[in-house]
Amino acid sequence: MAESGTVVADNGADLAGKVPRLQLKNVSKTFGAVRALMNVDFEVYAGEVVGLVGDNGAGKSTLVKTMSGAYVPDEGQILIDGEPVAIASPTDSTRFGVETVYQDLALCDNLDVVSNLWLGRESYENYGIMRPLNEVEMERRTIEVLKTLDVKLPSVRLPVASLSGGQRQSIAVAKTILRKPKVVLLDEPTAALGVAQTRQVLNLILRLKEQGLAVVVITHNLHDVFEVVDRVIVMRLGRRVGTFDIRSTTPERLVAAITGAEYGDVPK
Amino acid sequence: MNEVNQTPRKAEPPVADKLPGLAGTVAVAPAEKRTVRSFLRGDLGFFPVLITLALIAIYFQVATDGVFLQARNLSNLTQQIVTIGILSVAAVLVLLLGEIDLSLAAVAQACSAVTATLSVYQGWNPWLAILAGLLTGTVIGLVNGFFVAVLRVPSFIVTLAGSIGYAGFLLLILGRQSTLIIRDETIRALAPTYLDGVIGLGLPILAVASFVGFNLWERTRRARAGLKVKSPGQLALQLGGVVVVIALVLFLFQSYLGVPQSFLIWIGLVGAIWLMLKKSRFGRHLYAVGGNAEAARRAGINVTMLKIIVFALASTLAAFAGIMLASRSTAVATAISPTLLLNAIAAAVIGGVSLFGGRGTVWAVVLGSLVIGSLDNGLDLLNQEQSVKNVVQGIVLLLAVTVDALVRRNNATKTR
Repeated sequence: MAESGTVVADNGADLAGKVPRLQLKNVSKTFGAVRALMNVDFEVYAGEVVGLVGDNGAGKSTLVKTMSGAYVPDEGQILIDGEPVAIASPTDSTRFGVETVYQDLALCDNLDVVSNLWLGRESYENYGIMRPLNEVEMERRTIEVLKTLDVKLPSVRLPVASLSGGQRQSIAVAKTILRKPKVVLLDEPTAALGVAQTRQVLNLILRLKEQGLAVVVITHNLHDVFEVVDRVIVMRLGRRVGTFDIRSTTPERLVAAITGAEYGDVPK
Repeated sequence: MNEVNQTPRKAEPPVADKLPGLAGTVAVAPAEKRTVRSFLRGDLGFFPVLITLALIAIYFQVATDGVFLQARNLSNLTQQIVTIGILSVAAVLVLLLGEIDLSLAAVAQACSAVTATLSVYQGWNPWLAILAGLLTGTVIGLVNGFFVAVLRVPSFIVTLAGSIGYAGFLLLILGRQSTLIIRDETIRALAPTYLDGVIGLGLPILAVASFVGFNLWERTRRARAGLKVKSPGQLALQLGGVVVVIALVLFLFQSYLGVPQSFLIWIGLVGAIWLMLKKSRFGRHLYAVGGNAEAARRAGINVTMLKIIVFALASTLAAFAGIMLASRSTAVATAISPTLLLNAIAAAVIGGVSLFGGRGTVWAVVLGSLVIGSLDNGLDLLNQEQSVKNVVQGIVLLLAVTVDALVRRNNATKTR
């Protein structure tokens, strides 16, 4: 909370004295002549859903990719639980408990739900040279995790290809939860979903919050923002231009901040 | 379902005490619909191929006045398809990756030539000569894999170029002669031997017993973990089906000369590869790469290394197929069989292995090879000319693949 100029929210009272789960300080990133991020601060607390909104090219994706380790910032600091950390690759961010669900979900359609959840980290038994997969353990844990997330599937042994968009999104999120993360970043989780499926995914986001995770949702959809988000951070042209407590703002004010009609105005 | 799943969405459930790894909650599997359709799709996805095979068998049985289904003919048939069958296993591995290997037939014959040359001209110990042939296959596979996985050249081109190159390598080894007769008894005995009762019957019975035992054990473990288990009737039906099929096949072999060694080796190989694909992390990763290579990479799987290993494994198997072919024909030829490669790939595809990667099981090659072998064998019995054989084979292959594609598409839309 060093940069108190930008980090002002109506629920500041709740957050006062707490250390952010994940914090970015003064981060800048340029691609050639394009300044994608200019001295951006960001913070998300445990048990909180932060909405990251902004028009195309505002720097949302660049910011999230910085957090997930896909980009290394030119300047600035990343802190986890108040400790500065060096995140140079996606592996680093995973190690520090930051998990990202990208828009493409990265699921193998031909594999069943259990196999997808455990891909790359399969549980196996050790009989010397024979190391068969421990399907029983993986299936049991899968059902457990899906239950904590309130995800309902006809069977965890169905190939992912046969699931609906909302279910697939849920599987992608459950995959990150298996690693017991501290922070979950969701990139446009409700894009291309129908009404019922969007409902499912928003419900899932609330579940993550209930479990004490710090959740960051990138979205274009203001309806989603007002459904699940606690705090909204608005980006515009590579800068953070506003922070809103969802309880005391309106869609009109958010749109104004996103489009720049209310440039730089941080509501008190 | 427990109370968590029944909590209405808007209500505020207890916070933060439901982290993954929650203790004490009985895990209940979500209800699974067990319809006839899902049963067919799941465990008997081979249904269309089985029907095709049955039709072919019935036709030839009638047309040959009962010769086709005689124990002697079926015993011969199973030995005729071993080379295609082993080569087809190699093709399946590569197809599962979503790649293709067009050099398999050339590799098979080039490597068998290595074995034959070392045995005939250098007087090597037969087992060492066989090992050298297999290792030649491994090295060739590593080269193929390097170009495909590291240099990212399309496998179609790499292996097409390879097939030409390895055919040249074959000519180089054998020199001017068109065939090289193998004199070593050990190599000659690999394929045409019939096994006596103890090994011939003992090994399959042992394998089936372990299969049944493992399934029962697995069911107990699943039940103990609170997971959904198959109903006793369903399990009995499945295991019983396997036991009956194996028993029939063994009875058939015993009523002629016994279990053919080459057939047992082939089935053992299929079983071993199936276990690897189904039960090991390597196999799981292979399917994952075939399904979505980018997702596999992000999950931390070394896609490059995996592809190289699969190509090496496939070429090693191809070398083995070549050695079995050489043993059966007691010679190696410089002319590469024009139908071997396509038959091997066709056997895999007829059995339901997708050309686009990630779908299919290695058991597919058994049925696929049987379809191809039956046509060849049946038309031979009818004294048909090569022209007729080619046309009929082409038509049936196309039909089988078309039926398969239609059934699969139908299933895919039903599950959505």
